[in-house]
Amino acid sequence: MSFQRTQEKLKILADAAKYDVSCSSSGSKRANTNKGLGDATGMGICHSYTEDGRCVSLLKILLTNHCIFDCAYCVTRKSNDVKRAAFKVQEVVDLTINFYRRNYIEGLFLSSGIFKSADYTMERLIAVAKKLRQEENFNGYIHLKSIPGASDELMREAGLYADRLSVNIEIPTEAGLKKLAPDKKREDFIKPMVKVKNEIIQYNAEKKIIKSTPKFAPAGQSTQMIIGASGENDFQIMQTSNHFYKNYNLKRVYYSGYVPISYDSRLPQIGSEVPMLRENRLYQTDWLMRFYGFDVSEILNENHQNLDLDVDPKLSWALRNLHEFPVDVNSADQRMLARIPGLGMKSVFKIINARRFRRLNWGHLKKIGVALNRAQYFMVCESNQFEKRDLTPEKIKGFILQNSNSKYQKTLSNQLNLFG
Amino acid sequence: MTAKNLIYDGTFDGFLSAVFYVFEQKLKTVTIQNEFTMQQGLFSENETIHTDVSKANRVWKGIKSKLSSQGSYQLYYAFLSEQSGVEDLLLDYVQYAFSQQKKVDKDYSHPSILKIAQIAKSVGREKHRMEAFVRFRLTKDAIYFANIEPDFNVLPLIEKHFKRRYADQKWVIYDIKRNYGLFYDLHNVEVMQMDFPDNFDFTKSNDAFFATQEFEFQKLWQDYFKATNIESRKNMKLHIRHIPKRYWKYLSEKQPN
Repeated sequence: MSFQRTQEKLKILADAAKYDVSCSSSGSKRANTNKGLGDATGMGICHSYTEDGRCVSLLKILLTNHCIFDCAYCVTRKSNDVKRAAFKVQEVVDLTINFYRRNYIEGLFLSSGIFKSADYTMERLIAVAKKLRQEENFNGYIHLKSIPGASDELMREAGLYADRLSVNIEIPTEAGLKKLAPDKKREDFIKPMVKVKNEIIQYNAEKKIIKSTPKFAPAGQSTQMIIGASGENDFQIMQTSNHFYKNYNLKRVYYSGYVPISYDSRLPQIGSEVPMLRENRLYQTDWLMRFYGFDVSEILNENHQNLDLDVDPKLSWALRNLHEFPVDVNSADQRMLARIPGLGMKSVFKIINARRFRRLNWGHLKKIGVALNRAQYFMVCESNQFEKRDLTPEKIKGFILQNSNSKYQKTLSNQLNLFG
Repeated sequence: MTAKNLIYDGTFDGFLSAVFYVFEQKLKTVTIQNEFTMQQGLFSENETIHTDVSKANRVWKGIKSKLSSQGSYQLYYAFLSEQSGVEDLLLDYVQYAFSQQKKVDKDYSHPSILKIAQIAKSVGREKHRMEAFVRFRLTKDAIYFANIEPDFNVLPLIEKHFKRRYADQKWVIYDIKRNYGLFYDLHNVEVMQMDFPDNFDFTKSNDAFFATQEFEFQKLWQDYFKATNIESRKNMKLHIRHIPKRYWKYLSEKQPN
């Protein structure tokens, strides 16, 4: 492989791939049984972090940034004047193997601009994965992008080599998609997703009968939505997200604050701020749905269409539902413990274990790691000191904000100034 | 009865032998110290403990029967932290465990148990960091070599991970702080010690020792690392929280060009 040409291509095709958020490398069950290279059984590993604080777990590149589509939000759109490049299959294989051997990465995340046709592109992605698995004996993690519109046969083949497949729906609503990517249709995104979902269901069923059934995308599939490009509110975004979790058994939905990359009048202009705080609140909501037993409609609904930026969504929910509190940590069930602001799931499990030995007081809770600054207004424990005043939600919010230091202080105070 | 200060050889078996001695002699006021880092107590009497594997195994078996598997590995993890005074915390934990009917390792409102759980967690975090931050460099003798300087003695904990993952390449991971390493020869992992030449630089790859293509891949990796960053989302505070500066020394992507 010629070093200089590869170097040039790598710069272009890594730069173009970086807007894909997913970097997960966990959840696969591919063991190194053949004395080959790599193992994808354990938890995911972030081998490095870029200066924007995002994890580097996979070699994330495009096979090519040539593309026949012209989606306004995308940096590789046809009409954009950028350098174009394309990797050969062998080049991607060599880079992956050599990076992996040096413990730089957990595996490969390969995506691509669409050249010629969906199937032609998908075939090339599969060729890379197949070569890695069959010729290089590679058991590391492979994440392939499902190309919208790719045929069912190709999606099936992709799942045999990849650990995860993903297709990005990008724009949370169909109306938004029509406006920003007129050549693309929602059905084209859904089709490969449905095929992969059905194959996974079939695999799980057959696996029970025939143990040697070849693995099919063991780390499942995921998708991504761009936030703040097409005017959706948080309610619409999380409804879409919930729909995909429920109907397509997705492992993850990623939210990507729109990074302005063009002067297109349909989009936020270059220089406008990336909505990172909003993105963070959406992820918190996603976690509340998946791990804390919340239904999405408790957090976002017709009456409450946007998440508060100044407090986290769980605190915001608690302030709207003060009648559910205070919760007694020495007797409440897991569901209610998980709803106390300032308590993460780890603290919840510690409390449930620790209270079998003795009744817990403030000192114990503090040592366990509960964020009492928030939690103290919502719970009682083995102590006669607790919040006895009948405080209004505004008052509680005021006390909590006074005593906390948000990492988003700067963003927040700018926003407050606007209205103040 | 005077206070006793038990001196052991720094190994886990040595520590367990000391625990055996405490129970056997029914000692009340006692501390356990590593012979390499011991401090002289004013009013205590020193006693050297000889490591006895069979006694150590008896204690370990007992511990395992009194704790969940998570509890016993937390004890071992905490031991590897090498923090000063950790032996006394561990002893307190073990004595408490043996005095109770129930398994106590989830009793997070007991001070020693919470403390050990917390230390074990930091050791676990360091183990995971080393699994992430080891950077192999290909030597001229076709061995993938990495040097590390972890906060805690985590080499015994990461052996399995690397053996499973890099089954088809020879590798060495060397802890230069504790001066020992692991060598995998395609079959087994062995503990070894190395003498490094005077001109050996742990942060840079010198072409006297490393393969030519090593420099190309390091360069490609550095380029990749830069290209995958999104400038308009820059957040150095978060960056440093994920990779504290003390780890930058041996990360090829963080080397100045």
